[in-house]
Amino acid sequence: MKSLSWMRFSAVLVKEFIQMRRDPLTFAMMVGVPLIQLTLFGYAINTNPKHLPAAISINDPGVFARSLVAALSNSSYFDIIKTTNSPKVAREMLDRGEVIFAIEIPVNFSRDIVRGSPPDLLIETDATDPAAGAYALAAVNGLSATALRDDLVGPLAARARTAAPFNVVTHLLYNPESITQYNIVPGLLGVILTMTMTLITSMAVTRERERGTLENLLAMPATPLEVMLGKIIPYVFVGAIQVILVLIAAWLVFSVPMLGSFALLWLTLGLFIVCNLAVGYTASTLAETQIQAMQMSFFFFLPSIMLSGFMFPFAGMPHWAQAIGQVLPLTHFLRIVRGIMLKGNGFVEIWPDVWPLILFMFAAGTVALLRFRRTLD
Amino acid sequence: MTDSYAIDVHGLTKRFGQKTAVDHVDIAVPKGEVWGFLGPNGSGKTTTIRMLCGLLHADEGEGTCLGYDLRSQPDDIKRNVGYMTQRFSFWEDLSIRENLEFVARVYEVPDGGMRVKDTIARLGLEHRQTQLAGELSGGWKQRLALAACMLHSPKLLLLDEPTSGVDPEARRDFWEEIHALSETGITVLVSTHYMDEAERCDRIVYILNGRLIARGTVQEVIAQSGLITFIVEGEGVRRLIAALRKAPGVEYVAFFGAVLHVSGHDRAALERALAPVRAQGAFRIFEAQPSLEDVFIHLQEQAE
Repeated sequence: MKSLSWMRFSAVLVKEFIQMRRDPLTFAMMVGVPLIQLTLFGYAINTNPKHLPAAISINDPGVFARSLVAALSNSSYFDIIKTTNSPKVAREMLDRGEVIFAIEIPVNFSRDIVRGSPPDLLIETDATDPAAGAYALAAVNGLSATALRDDLVGPLAARARTAAPFNVVTHLLYNPESITQYNIVPGLLGVILTMTMTLITSMAVTRERERGTLENLLAMPATPLEVMLGKIIPYVFVGAIQVILVLIAAWLVFSVPMLGSFALLWLTLGLFIVCNLAVGYTASTLAETQIQAMQMSFFFFLPSIMLSGFMFPFAGMPHWAQAIGQVLPLTHFLRIVRGIMLKGNGFVEIWPDVWPLILFMFAAGTVALLRFRRTLD
Repeated sequence: MTDSYAIDVHGLTKRFGQKTAVDHVDIAVPKGEVWGFLGPNGSGKTTTIRMLCGLLHADEGEGTCLGYDLRSQPDDIKRNVGYMTQRFSFWEDLSIRENLEFVARVYEVPDGGMRVKDTIARLGLEHRQTQLAGELSGGWKQRLALAACMLHSPKLLLLDEPTSGVDPEARRDFWEEIHALSETGITVLVSTHYMDEAERCDRIVYILNGRLIARGTVQEVIAQSGLITFIVEGEGVRRLIAALRKAPGVEYVAFFGAVLHVSGHDRAALERALAPVRAQGAFRIFEAQPSLEDVFIHLQEQAE
């Protein structure tokens, strides 16, 4: 016997091509994954994020303040979504995560510039994601020398020639040392749960179908709700164990602070876990085989990890990518968990991200229940 | 009328895309009888049984199972019917006991713990009750599946080829069990490919390409066919097959039990076809009652 027979080799080759063609999901994955990655990395991901939301409190309105606001906007790093005269309002927006920067133009800003005693421009930034604001802060420092140049004319021209007419004082809130782990470790909690919860449950019904036990189960008087709850709840406990492991590691190994309430964290964790289980269960009712179920959960996981703000700053993504991100539970959970752990947020601050999770849970749960057929049709 | 029938369905039809898997089937099984459901592979037996136990929606047709409406009371049917799937469909990664306990709980069997214990004892599996179901042999799997189907005391048993892949002894034991259950008033509809099993049923129905084309007792089905069968016996009889198949009037020739079955509807034509064989003098030729197998193969060939 020859060690390589063209006939035998081509027999295997042809059989493999035929089987590949018969498995559309695998084919979709082979074509889809590169396309998704190209789109996400090529267009959505931006490591030098611009147009970051900022709130500015102006306690000394005047020509300098106006010029400064214009300069900040023109830098394209800042989108000033709120102008107020109360530093408190700006700070609250920072707490809720609506803005990444709270900029304060202090009282007597103009007077001090005119007198030549440079006032402090205070920029507070949300450093839970240290990468998000770094470039913008660098840009502000460059701005201080040039922003008011056009206003410092005539008798004030001398001020323009001296060093910066005002100082930029930055406060890195919530994570003053910009420790990356503070951002990553709570985020990992969400990523791990997304991955394992959807993956495990996506196989729950598919496994029964593949092994032929689904026929038996359907012939029994159990209702879809009973089957779904019975299948999902054990994995809630698995999720809880994962949470405990990550939290212990966060505390002992990475010294991530925990400023907020544990009860609130567990409550939102429960909500988030159920969201992912519902997604996995839906995949489970769509897929024919366990492999397909795995592939489907991968298609959910990939955008979750890329567009949620886990890997790359959310604010730096284009609007279409943010819109997709807003639908994903991980996006909201990341804000919640970082808010509770690093900012000490309470229920009021996290509510804007809690209701989307609740909505998602009911939507995904309903789809899962409707998809679950009581017959083999 | 419904009261006396365990199954009473009319015009049951199921289509999968272009294909009509089950085509206007009527079945009325009186309570307490054991009915055999026969037909070649793909003829619609499994689909019919699945419609009866609520696993598939019928596209057309109506009727009752145990007096419950097929369309509006599927839950009542599920609670009172025991369905044994063609392929072993209990959980192979659960032990024998765990499988039975699961079934008892899903059906909310009163005093389920005792029922499970009794069932295990009756099966003689006390010493193996913690063994995983997946490790059981084919015969034991089948016994376990039947016991599990019976756990909630159903009044109707739907068995889909329960004895495929099971050895003859286990098959015999299985049928004894079926008859014992029937004694207690349970109605049984069992699909099978085995002729000897068909003969153990009170009545049989034969389905082909989705249509019921024969029904009655075995004797009735044979008589209805109007088939005449001659048996040709003797050394080297197998060599006659090719020639006889070509002879006019011979509809079907089969070799089994070391004899030749030559069948057709026209006695005179059959005699003419067999005359040359008779002339050889080496073979014994006599008329016999056609077997069920003769009838079924005849029905199948007639359809083609």
